[in-house]
Amino acid sequence: MNQPHLELTNVSIEFPTPNGPFKALDNVNLKINKGEFISLIGHSGCGKSTVLNIIAGLYQATTGGVLLNNREVNKPGPERAVVFQNHSLLPWLTSYQNVELAVNTVFKGKKSKGEVHDWIEHNLKLVHMDHAMDKRPNEISGGMKQRVGIARALAMQPEVLLMDEPFGALDALTRAHLQDSVMEIHADLGNTVIMITHDVDEAVLLSDHIVMMTNGPAATAGEVMPVKLERPRNRLALAEDKDYNHYRGEVLKFLYERQRKPESVI
Amino acid sequence: MNMTFNPTGFAKGLIIPSLGILSFLLLWHVLAPKVVTSLGAIPTPVQVYSQFTHLMTEHNEQRAKAEAFYERQRVRNEKKLAKNPDADIKIRNFTGKPTFFDQIWTSLFTVMVGFLLASAIAIPIGIVTGLSQTLHAAINPLVQLFKPVSPLAWLPIVTMIVSAAYVSKDPMFSKSFIVSAVTVTLCCLWPTLINTSVGVTNISKDLINVSKVLRLGWFTHVRMIVLPSAIPMIFTGLRLSLSIAWMVLIAAEMLAQNPGLGKFVWDEFQNGSSDSLGRIIVAVLHIGLIGFLLDRMILLLQSYVSWDKSVALR
Repeated sequence: MNQPHLELTNVSIEFPTPNGPFKALDNVNLKINKGEFISLIGHSGCGKSTVLNIIAGLYQATTGGVLLNNREVNKPGPERAVVFQNHSLLPWLTSYQNVELAVNTVFKGKKSKGEVHDWIEHNLKLVHMDHAMDKRPNEISGGMKQRVGIARALAMQPEVLLMDEPFGALDALTRAHLQDSVMEIHADLGNTVIMITHDVDEAVLLSDHIVMMTNGPAATAGEVMPVKLERPRNRLALAEDKDYNHYRGEVLKFLYERQRKPESVI
Repeated sequence: MNMTFNPTGFAKGLIIPSLGILSFLLLWHVLAPKVVTSLGAIPTPVQVYSQFTHLMTEHNEQRAKAEAFYERQRVRNEKKLAKNPDADIKIRNFTGKPTFFDQIWTSLFTVMVGFLLASAIAIPIGIVTGLSQTLHAAINPLVQLFKPVSPLAWLPIVTMIVSAAYVSKDPMFSKSFIVSAVTVTLCCLWPTLINTSVGVTNISKDLINVSKVLRLGWFTHVRMIVLPSAIPMIFTGLRLSLSIAWMVLIAAEMLAQNPGLGKFVWDEFQNGSSDSLGRIIVAVLHIGLIGFLLDRMILLLQSYVSWDKSVALR
């Protein structure tokens, strides 16, 4: 039997509100293999981030559960590193120190001082941020902050890398650069990646599978579409590609025909 | 740094404040003689200044006396030792009346001890209550209950407890000093405690999530995430606390007749000479000036400790 790497089974979650419990997710089932790049796409408010937070262990599912390598996930941990939407770097630490905090915590007693230093530099080089190691977050641009955030997550050597709309707050050009960097890194390291996005192009370009979420409340994984495009992928070549545009069209159809956002909610 | 001459900045920074002070002095000079009390008219700025020089001379005279006193003892003791090398040598303390400037030092020392003690208690409690809802619920009613209590109400209790508990033949500190310092502590604890607690409660949720994902230990969490986040609020609390400490101390010294600036004011009031009002005004101005300098000191400390040097401190 081929066990999936990460498995979500019948995950539902309710949040208490003054007007009784609010069911945000209903019966989400997902099977993810090692090394896959998965995108979660859906309209805002559909519970994409909630799914990610449950996998991260920051929220507890009301029913159902998450298995990573056949072990239940019930609290946050560095083997499921998170890249947060707004970088979440500690503003009082430099890029180097931000990564250092993660490395020192995760590899306490396992790496020597020299190894720790090399590992921090290695990860910052990976995201092309070795030139600004001694800068604080308020001294670097939004894209650079997000790169450091990714370096921090990668430095934890996670089994699963969770990215919560990592490029949502960036301009289109910066976003394209970072997408290329993420593809490079994924090709190098082969981590399992789960990314939340609301950008159709981003989802098709990066993913092996796109999970399309239905609208909330009680949202669920509506459809899982495999993206069988050869890697390495090149955004320019793909722009004219028939398959690429087919996948793109499928996602758009799902989002704008079958899961049209009710006008009142927009 | 912009080094070119900036007329508006110059006016705002120097000319306008000077104008404010000058007009205040002018009003004081004109109006003061019109207010006649049983101790004579309220002194004008010039008269107050002459009282200030007077206090300086008194201080220098006392110093000279003290030095002469110790010198005499030294000479006498040397003679004694020359006669008999095993002689029992005693050095007696000078017991002259403390001058205005001695009282300033006493008050400053007392306020710093009281304030540091309060900070040492309030910051850790604030952090712990900020982190734990349960502890906050347990401690908050007590904080709210004791926060509004006036120093004058604490004073008798503190005096009684210190008199009973602090018994020693050769005390390191005088009782009156301990009473004043503890009263200051009790009254200035609260702003630091409350502000620290609020600062800790309001840490960004994202940073807490980072800490959870990294599984930071309690102490690392506090040191790396909680303290740096809460520093601005902690310092807001410390500034409020120190200004309260200074106000409370003067009142406590006055009421308890403990050495310090408060006692100086009270003694002058009781003395009732024609100079008294002038000397009290000198004391009032010094109290204000020292309070201001203490506040600046905390700001300086904050700009040194805080990671964010760009924050405007005022």
